[in-house]
Amino acid sequence: MAKKITAPLTTETAKDLRAGDSVLISGTIYTGRDLAHKRLTDALKAGEKLPFDLAGAVIYYVGPSPAKPGQVIGSAGPTTSYRMDAYSPLLMEKGLRGMIGKGNRTQPVLDAMKKHGAIYFAAVGGAAALIARTIKAAKVIAYDDLGPEAVRELKVEDFPAIVINDMLGGDLYEQGVAKYKKD
Amino acid sequence: MREIQFETIKDAVAKLCIDANCLLGDDVVQAFKDGLKIEESPAGKDILSQLLDNEQIARTEMMPICQDTGWAVVWLKVGSDVRVQGGELYDAIQQGVVTGYTDGYLRKSIVKDPLRRVNTKDNTPAIIYTDIVAGDGLEIVVQPKGGGSENMSEVKMLSAADGAEGIKKFVVDRVARSKANPCPPVIVGVGIGGTFEKCAMLAKHSLLREIGSVHPDPLYADIEKELIERVNKLGIGPQGLGGRVTALAVFIEAFPCHIATMPCAVNINCHAARHKSVTL
Repeated sequence: MAKKITAPLTTETAKDLRAGDSVLISGTIYTGRDLAHKRLTDALKAGEKLPFDLAGAVIYYVGPSPAKPGQVIGSAGPTTSYRMDAYSPLLMEKGLRGMIGKGNRTQPVLDAMKKHGAIYFAAVGGAAALIARTIKAAKVIAYDDLGPEAVRELKVEDFPAIVINDMLGGDLYEQGVAKYKKD
Repeated sequence: MREIQFETIKDAVAKLCIDANCLLGDDVVQAFKDGLKIEESPAGKDILSQLLDNEQIARTEMMPICQDTGWAVVWLKVGSDVRVQGGELYDAIQQGVVTGYTDGYLRKSIVKDPLRRVNTKDNTPAIIYTDIVAGDGLEIVVQPKGGGSENMSEVKMLSAADGAEGIKKFVVDRVARSKANPCPPVIVGVGIGGTFEKCAMLAKHSLLREIGSVHPDPLYADIEKELIERVNKLGIGPQGLGGRVTALAVFIEAFPCHIATMPCAVNINCHAARHKSVTL
């Protein structure tokens, strides 16, 4: 049974999540991938204001395909997360509480998640047309010149994801593979 | 000499780009269904079901299966008796990609320079590989290739002494190290032989094979069979959440070798294994 949660995430919500939990996320999340992460961290280092409030924020690693006429957004599945690992610890230090992507994170990110109380979720990579149905509104709020890599504010309803890493060090990828590995 | 119109080629390429990205091949759909029967992990089964639902939505609404609509890799077989009327062949291909990616609402994923990283905004340039063949036909294959699985690919310069076991170890290890990153269940393309760059092309080209097809050479058919068994014992499973179905297929293409070398390339494809072809 999936847990219904709201974004931005409160500390209380994040604390209760465990690796392996299925969740349905509703509320506001922000898109950001490679180049957007570079710009966000450059802005933080320069003491500039970010295009959205990081406190409790959830960033979805996605570069959607263009919306057809009548669509809110095109196909919108997750991209591979490790490419954001160089930037994520600083964002968590400044308030980021959730990340949605796919694939394994590196140790510095896992350490920062424990330290700052953040959650890493996976969405199903390649289920991009299915996921798009849970996105009810989308608008570019920064870095429009980056095209698919621009930062978008998304309003989502029951966006399906799975908790991969919780703030206690639980890791669903490790647990799942250990269970099914055969020598 | 047979003449083919520039516009005919351009239109064909545009249609192939759109169809390849929105209509998943029957063999891949069948592989999801077959995977559902053998997958033991409940999460893995759930993901395979979602991929089948996703494929249906994409097909019905003609929207991309995956938001990463890929780099347009184009394989040409150009008959030596063909002449393009009204422009250059490669221009027709590139303009077809522009039209397909624009009119099809496909994502533009190419940056003009690896360090400056400014988007070309029309998904060009396409990567074009050309064979000149006998006859007056023009075969075009469009293979949109996603970046996430491409990142999990590798070339290794092995030696003859490493033998088949050296190749098997490298392939299995490459999939193991890829973990959840390339969107499993994956298709593993393996190139063996040729030069450094040729074996990478063999690996890419092998991904065009139909899932379920058997390698015509029994030696390589046996290696493919062993490799898929070993890969599916890794436990990675759909989306890396644990399970039996880590790969849908392992395909090998072999080529003559220099006496000093045995290069091996592994090109990983995500489950959105997309390609469409036409012969004009």
